[in-house]
Amino acid sequence: MTTLTTLALPARSDEDANLRPMPWKRMAWVTWRQHRTALTGVAILLVALAVCFWVAGLRLHHAYAAAIACHPASSFACNNLVNSFNGMYGFLANGLILQVVPALIGAFVGAPLLARELESGTFRFAWTQGFGRWRWTLAKVVGLGVAVTAAAGAISVLFSWYYQPYFPPGSQSLYVSKELPIAASSPFTTGLFDLRGVAFAAWTLAAFAIGVLAGVLIRRVVPAIVATLVVYTGLAFAVGGFLRQHYLAPLVTSKLDIPDTAWVISQQWFITKSGRPASPSKINQLLLHAPGQLFGKGGIPKSVTVWQYLAHHGYTQLTTYQPATRFWPFQWIEGGWLLALSVLLIAVTVWLVRRRVV
Amino acid sequence: MNVVEANGLGKRYGSTRALRDCSLAIPAGHVAALVGPNGAGKSTLLNLAVGLSAPSEGDLTVLGGRSPGSPAALDGIAFVAQDTPLYKNLSARDMLHLTHNLNRHFDQAYAEARLAELGIPLKRRAGRLSGGQQAQLALSLALARHPRLLVLDEPVAMLDPIARHDFMATVLTAAVDDGVSVLLSSHVLAELERVADYLIVLSQGRVQVAGEVDDLLASHRVLTGPVAEAATYSESPVVHVRGGEIQTHLLVRVTADDPVPRGWESHPVGLEELALAYLREPGVGALPGPARAPDADQVEVRR
Repeated sequence: MTTLTTLALPARSDEDANLRPMPWKRMAWVTWRQHRTALTGVAILLVALAVCFWVAGLRLHHAYAAAIACHPASSFACNNLVNSFNGMYGFLANGLILQVVPALIGAFVGAPLLARELESGTFRFAWTQGFGRWRWTLAKVVGLGVAVTAAAGAISVLFSWYYQPYFPPGSQSLYVSKELPIAASSPFTTGLFDLRGVAFAAWTLAAFAIGVLAGVLIRRVVPAIVATLVVYTGLAFAVGGFLRQHYLAPLVTSKLDIPDTAWVISQQWFITKSGRPASPSKINQLLLHAPGQLFGKGGIPKSVTVWQYLAHHGYTQLTTYQPATRFWPFQWIEGGWLLALSVLLIAVTVWLVRRRVV
Repeated sequence: MNVVEANGLGKRYGSTRALRDCSLAIPAGHVAALVGPNGAGKSTLLNLAVGLSAPSEGDLTVLGGRSPGSPAALDGIAFVAQDTPLYKNLSARDMLHLTHNLNRHFDQAYAEARLAELGIPLKRRAGRLSGGQQAQLALSLALARHPRLLVLDEPVAMLDPIARHDFMATVLTAAVDDGVSVLLSSHVLAELERVADYLIVLSQGRVQVAGEVDDLLASHRVLTGPVAEAATYSESPVVHVRGGEIQTHLLVRVTADDPVPRGWESHPVGLEELALAYLREPGVGALPGPARAPDADQVEVRR
């Protein structure tokens, strides 16, 4: 019988030390071959959307140029041109359809990346090959992450071009005549802000990273997809509804000439002397006793005159808002923290794989 | 060199202890069989050896002192996991190319020749191959890496007798011709008798028996004698008693040269019978001396 006391030969450390890690490029084919179906699906979706926005964009830019150049502006023909431009507003829900792209990429490229290996047991094959488990994971996540982020960035640039006519050159809407403004948006509009600039690519990367981590934690494809959709949607709503407005301290004004393109966060009446918020019941009482000529037809208040009336009675209206000029600072802030979050999630994923917690 | 060496190795999953206090040294150049009932910790031990999981306690080295999962260990060990997981939607050719890309050494010509020999079409998706062909494909991928140690987890459990025979023949050829050390776990004791020359019996997370098959067979005999005297037999440690109506069979730890008591007959024992006897007596151990010596209650041989 052999005895256990047999001395183990020391590892040939010189030989092992010469063992250089295998080149990363070996993973290129592996990653492509295993994920080409998902990548092709993403490509088809994005190309279809790109064609839509390209065709619609050409028409939109043409209509905008025609409406702006028309002279004399008040003529019936010019009004028609403006109306036809304004009528194009709302195409594909103003691009809102693009919001599903990061979610789909997170769910169908990110989540199955590790969950499928863990669910089907193929990780036992993949992680015992010479390439090594954590390098295999890192190569796949980085390769696919860069690919989907670049694709999202490209469609985002195209969408920005498409949407450009809706942003007037100044901070106020253009009026062809007194009654007819040309359709315009604030770049901060929820559901629009994160489709342009760097935000869309960053959201796509974050959704992908959420999916990958969900896959490694949940280890099953379908639950990981569901979790990714839930977490991504929750995060997107939380950021759009609560977080984004706090990136920079908003401007406060007591005036009424707030730019049309600004993002108005709150508007409230204060007692001018004390600076305390005015109670809504006080305001209502004051308005009830206001002279009748303040109100327009059907008792609807005309905002300027009501505003003047209340100001005269010792109230001040304060508006907090984010000016449209802060679009790019906000983009970099949002892109920056989403990138940091994605890097963190990917690092946690690789750490979990490396630590053999999986 | 020991291809696998464990010292006080333990693995816990939550509160369950899959392995406890395992000490082992499997020398190179063997086809080592790992047997044990379900839940004995066979897969756990193999997963630890290939670096898929990390020990909770104690230590484990492979290929002469290397740590499992290290680059050198990954290079030198090929693993075919239970149910031979392959990417079902990849063709056999893609599986070869994939494995080629993931390893420093991959013998493309060998792999292609083997698949041709087995009649496995390169174009066919792995998922559409029969169970036997999938197992053979997984084995070919492993062997084309020319590993120093081949680890197989229940490789033939799902195969029909012919596929099982062919699979084992391939393993044996690799072991004999290329000098690949093999560590395989299996339920199929009869199959092991043909290929294994080293035996490890695991039971309840502990190593119960470990040693070269020839040594084990030479140190055990079956004694056949009258039932009435079975209870009083005490000359040598008894592993297992298999009683009949008139005669009783004792698996005893003696050599062929040891004296046989009057009225008893001594027969050699087969590997399957030996392994079965130990599996039925989880409390009895047959281990290389020093490793278990302090742990007296485990070494104790009971009737």
